[in-house]
Amino acid sequence: MWRDAVLVCGKDLRIELRSRVLLWQVVPFGILALVLFALALGPSEAVLRHGAPGLFWLALLLASVLAASRSAGIEAAEGTRGTVRLLGLDSGGVFLGKAGALAVQLCVLGAILELGLLAFFHVDAARLAASVPLAILAVGALAAVGTLYGALVAGTDVAGTLLPILVLPALAPVLIAGERGTAAVLAGGGPGRWAVVLAVMAMVYTAVGVVLYGPLEESS
Amino acid sequence: MTRALDRALGPVALGLMVLTVWLGLWVTPPDTTQGDLVRLLYIHPALAWVALYLAFGLAALCSALYLWPRTRSERWDLLAASTVEVGVVFLTLTLVTGSLWGRPVWGVWWTWDARLTSTALLDLLFIGYLALRRVPADPHVRARRCAVLALLAALDVPIVHFSVQWWNGLHQGASVLTPGLHFKVHGSMLWTMLLSFVAMTAVFAWMVLRRYQIAVREAAVGDLELEAALRERRAEGVS
Repeated sequence: MWRDAVLVCGKDLRIELRSRVLLWQVVPFGILALVLFALALGPSEAVLRHGAPGLFWLALLLASVLAASRSAGIEAAEGTRGTVRLLGLDSGGVFLGKAGALAVQLCVLGAILELGLLAFFHVDAARLAASVPLAILAVGALAAVGTLYGALVAGTDVAGTLLPILVLPALAPVLIAGERGTAAVLAGGGPGRWAVVLAVMAMVYTAVGVVLYGPLEESS
Repeated sequence: MTRALDRALGPVALGLMVLTVWLGLWVTPPDTTQGDLVRLLYIHPALAWVALYLAFGLAALCSALYLWPRTRSERWDLLAASTVEVGVVFLTLTLVTGSLWGRPVWGVWWTWDARLTSTALLDLLFIGYLALRRVPADPHVRARRCAVLALLAALDVPIVHFSVQWWNGLHQGASVLTPGLHFKVHGSMLWTMLLSFVAMTAVFAWMVLRRYQIAVREAAVGDLELEAALRERRAEGVS
C-alpha cells in the first residue's frame, strides 16, 4: 500500500509540475480571495488583523476545493481508471498517494497565503510562523476530505457545482478549528484543543478514506 | 401480516400524533419558567431523535449493508435514500421548531451555538446526499457513491450528540434523561414527552415505508423503460 501511495503521489505531483494548474489558477484564486476579503473589511489595520485568521482559512478552504476538484479530475480522465486497475494498485494506496500530493500542494498554497496575511492583514510574522504546525495539521484534514469527496463526484457532468455543496459542510470543522487555533496563536497563546480537533479529523478521514476509496474507484 | 402492518401504520401514527397534540396543548400544565413555550418541547426533542439517530443511523446502516459485498442489494440503497429524504424533513423541522423556541427564550432566532451549528451542517451534508442522488448515473454507480457519502455524513452525528458536552453553549443537554439515566421531567409532562417520541417514530416509519414503496416502483419503471429502449434498438437493427 505504501509503495503504491508513493507512486501515485509522485505521479500527481509530476502532473502538477508539468501542468502548473496550482501556480496559475489555484494560487491566484486564493490571493484574489484574500484581497477581496481585505477590500470588504476596509483599510482599518485593527479590523484586518482581527479578521485575518478567519479570512485566511476561508481563502484556503475555497482554494482547496479547486485543488481537490483538479486532483479528482486527473483520475477521471479517459483511460486513467482502467490503467490504474490494470496496474493492480491498492485502492488505499491510491487514496493515500492522492491525499499526500494534495497535501503538498495545499502546503505550498498555505505558505503563499500566509505571506499574503503579512502583506495585507498586518499580522505579526513571528506569531504567524508559530501557527505553521497547526496549519500543517489542518492541511492534512483538508487533503483527506478533499480527496474523498473529489472521488465522489469525479466523472460526473456536474462535478464543478456539486463538489462545493458536498465538501464545504464537511470542511466547516476545519474552518472553525483552524480559525480558533490560529487566532489563539496570533494572540500570543497556544492552539490548545483546536490542534487536537484537527489532528483527530485528519486521522479519522484518512482511515475512512483508505477503507472507502475502493468502492468509489469501482463505481467510476 | 406485512400488509396488515402496512395498513395499520398510517392510522396508528395519526392517532398517536393527535393524542400527543391533545396532551401537549390542552392537558399538560404550562411550565413555571417557560410558560406555554414548553409545549414546543413536546415535538422538538422527538423530531431531533428521529432525524439524528433513527433516520441517519438507519441510512448509515443500510449504506454499509449495500457496500458490504455479501449483503449488497438494491433494496438497501433505496431504503437508505428513503430514510435520508424523510430524515432531512425531520431535521429541518427540528431546526425550525428550535428557532421558534429560541426567539422568545434566548432572544434570537439563531445563535452560533455548537449544537445548532453542527445540526445545520448535518442537514446540509444530507441535502448534499439528495443532490448527489439526482445526478444522472448508472443506478449501481449512484448507489455506491451515495452509500459512501451517507457514511461520511453520518460521522457528524456523534459530533452533534456530544457538542453540548464538548463546547459549553446555549443549548441545553439531554431533555428527558440525565447522564445517570434519571428522568428530568415528571407527571403528565413526562408521559406526553415519551408519547411524542413514539408518535414521531411511527410517523417516520410510515413516511419511510411509503417513500420506499414509491422508490421500488420508480426503479421497476426505470428497468421497464430500459428494456423497452433495448427492444426498440434491436427492432431497428433487424429492419
